Amino acid sequence: MKKWQDNKAWFMVIPVFLVVAVSAILPLMTVVNYSLQDIFGPDQRVFVGIEWYQEALTDPRLHAALKRQLLFSSLVLLIEIPLGILIALMMPKRGWAASLSLVLVALPLLIPWNVIGTIWIIFMRPDIGLLGAAINGLGIPFDHTAAPFDAWVTVLMMEVWHWTPLVVLLAYAGLQAIPEAYFQAARIDGASTWATFRYIQLPKMRGVLTIAVLLRFMDSFLIYAEPFVLTGGGPGNSTTFLSIYLVKLAVGQFDLGPAAAFSMIYFLIALLFCWLFYQALLKVGTGDKS
Amino acid sequence: MARINLHRLAHSYLAQPADETDYALRKMEHVWEDGKAYALLGPSGCGKTTLLNIISGLVQPSEGQVLFDGRDVTDLPPQERNIAQVFQFPVVYDTMSVYDNLAFPLRNRKLPEPAIRERVEEIAEMLELQEVLHKRAANLSADAKQKISLGRGLVRSDVAAILFDEPLTVIDPHLKLLLRRKLKQIHGRFKLTMVYVTHDQLEALTFADQVVVMNQGQVMQIGTPQDLFENPQHTFVGYFIGSPGMNFLPCRMQNGSAAVGDRQILVANGSEKLKGDFELGIRPEFLKLHPQEVPGSHPVAIQGVEDLGNCKIVTVHFAEQSLKVKLSEDQQVPVERGFLEFQPQWIRIYAAGQLVEIAVQQPVDLEPGQ
Repeated sequence: MKKWQDNKAWFMVIPVFLVVAVSAILPLMTVVNYSLQDIFGPDQRVFVGIEWYQEALTDPRLHAALKRQLLFSSLVLLIEIPLGILIALMMPKRGWAASLSLVLVALPLLIPWNVIGTIWIIFMRPDIGLLGAAINGLGIPFDHTAAPFDAWVTVLMMEVWHWTPLVVLLAYAGLQAIPEAYFQAARIDGASTWATFRYIQLPKMRGVLTIAVLLRFMDSFLIYAEPFVLTGGGPGNSTTFLSIYLVKLAVGQFDLGPAAAFSMIYFLIALLFCWLFYQALLKVGTGDKS
Repeated sequence: MARINLHRLAHSYLAQPADETDYALRKMEHVWEDGKAYALLGPSGCGKTTLLNIISGLVQPSEGQVLFDGRDVTDLPPQERNIAQVFQFPVVYDTMSVYDNLAFPLRNRKLPEPAIRERVEEIAEMLELQEVLHKRAANLSADAKQKISLGRGLVRSDVAAILFDEPLTVIDPHLKLLLRRKLKQIHGRFKLTMVYVTHDQLEALTFADQVVVMNQGQVMQIGTPQDLFENPQHTFVGYFIGSPGMNFLPCRMQNGSAAVGDRQILVANGSEKLKGDFELGIRPEFLKLHPQEVPGSHPVAIQGVEDLGNCKIVTVHFAEQSLKVKLSEDQQVPVERGFLEFQPQWIRIYAAGQLVEIAVQQPVDLEPGQ
């Protein structure tokens, strides 16, 4: 059979290309465009090359925000993934109790993000908030609007409360998909609860946990609404994460050029980390031992 | 090694079983002799797997006892019984190598590592797994995985019985044969009690010394393959074993012959005392189809012929009913009409589904035309 090429086939790709162009490439290119100019007004633009990038990369405030962001995302993953798995393991497997617990667990996911921030403002208030007042009542001074550590604890608790349910749902689905025979074989082989978890449940959850880690990393890395409502990035700059800093830059100071360069860097960092995670998780538990 | 005794055993998945139909397993009394190979045969949902899981301890029976060599193990969990079980779908621990898979049950029982190594290597050699021993189990083919599942049972030196729950379902046909032969080999070498659940009668008949036929939570018959073929104790067994299954005709018994519609069929001696409505059963293999009339034959219309390559299945119309006749490949099938001969010594009479024992058994002088 003779192979031949017909370049007209490329026309078939045009519709998809158009959709992707309008939805992704064009806005992105606008940002790239802005990031290379100094913009004073619609008609006053100066091409500045990579100056904004240099500025952003050497900006100590950006470095600080990036460090904060990485610490925050690491803590989020370290808490939410094990906690989510643990809750999923404890949930009932079938019957009305399973449905009920699924609904209860999923509730935080249904609340609008800025409402979550508001809920936690009230919840943590040192004077009237249920938890805030309780902690203070115990004699431990706690005020998330004043102490950076308290602000971090509050933002983390809020994030864990809001998003661990997603990990739970994914892990639960992964657990439910394991055929009963695996557990039966494990019982016959005399496996302990830990061995069953380590050699059956955890490996079988690899796929869903990969998704959970990626989603939780991306979402927490890009987090904006909840901490913005809760702390506004304060006290000081202690909870100013990348998004919050970016918005301060773009909207507050109207520095479109630097903000665009910052956006590009932000985007590339997120992309890089997701790729690293994905590659790492693909390799975990596969490949032959020699 | 163990003799497994099921004493007044019954099981229902419901908390409050009201009547017989609520039971997945109806009351039974059964002994699995030490060192024998049994096949548990029956349609889907007949309770085979439940029975197996009760023996291995995965399911607690709601009534009765399970005894191993006379010791009551009903309340013991699976890991404390000396039972291995192989499941329908191969169960391997994906992240472990084949070696670690085989060593897993021994490590869980805290055996010293040198003893484990020795045992694992012995079993791997027998199952022909040495070459993949240090490969990851997840990347192997279905038959190798199934061998690993089997191996995890065999490594334990204390194993008394191996239970198989349709282990060859996901295996390619040409490998099925090899694996089945391996199982027979292992059975011969270890003299283990083996219980093999299947719904494939060919598998059951070739594997087992004794076949247990189950239906609707009840044991219908236990016997050698030949027994099941020649003397089905129940119409279900007659129909379920054999391909095609036994023919059944409602009949009226009188003076040692069976009236089916307006036809009279002569039944073996000893049936004279039977009177009334019964069912007559005969295997398609024991019906003869002649082109010309012979003494005792009945004219029949031929409805269809299925040529299966090594035999022919002919459907004939007899007394308002359809019967299957199994003919050998070289036999000519008459066109449209033929004459059907019932071999009296192979006719079985059933009352309410149960075989009626006819006092005098005819000496069997004919080779069954299988």
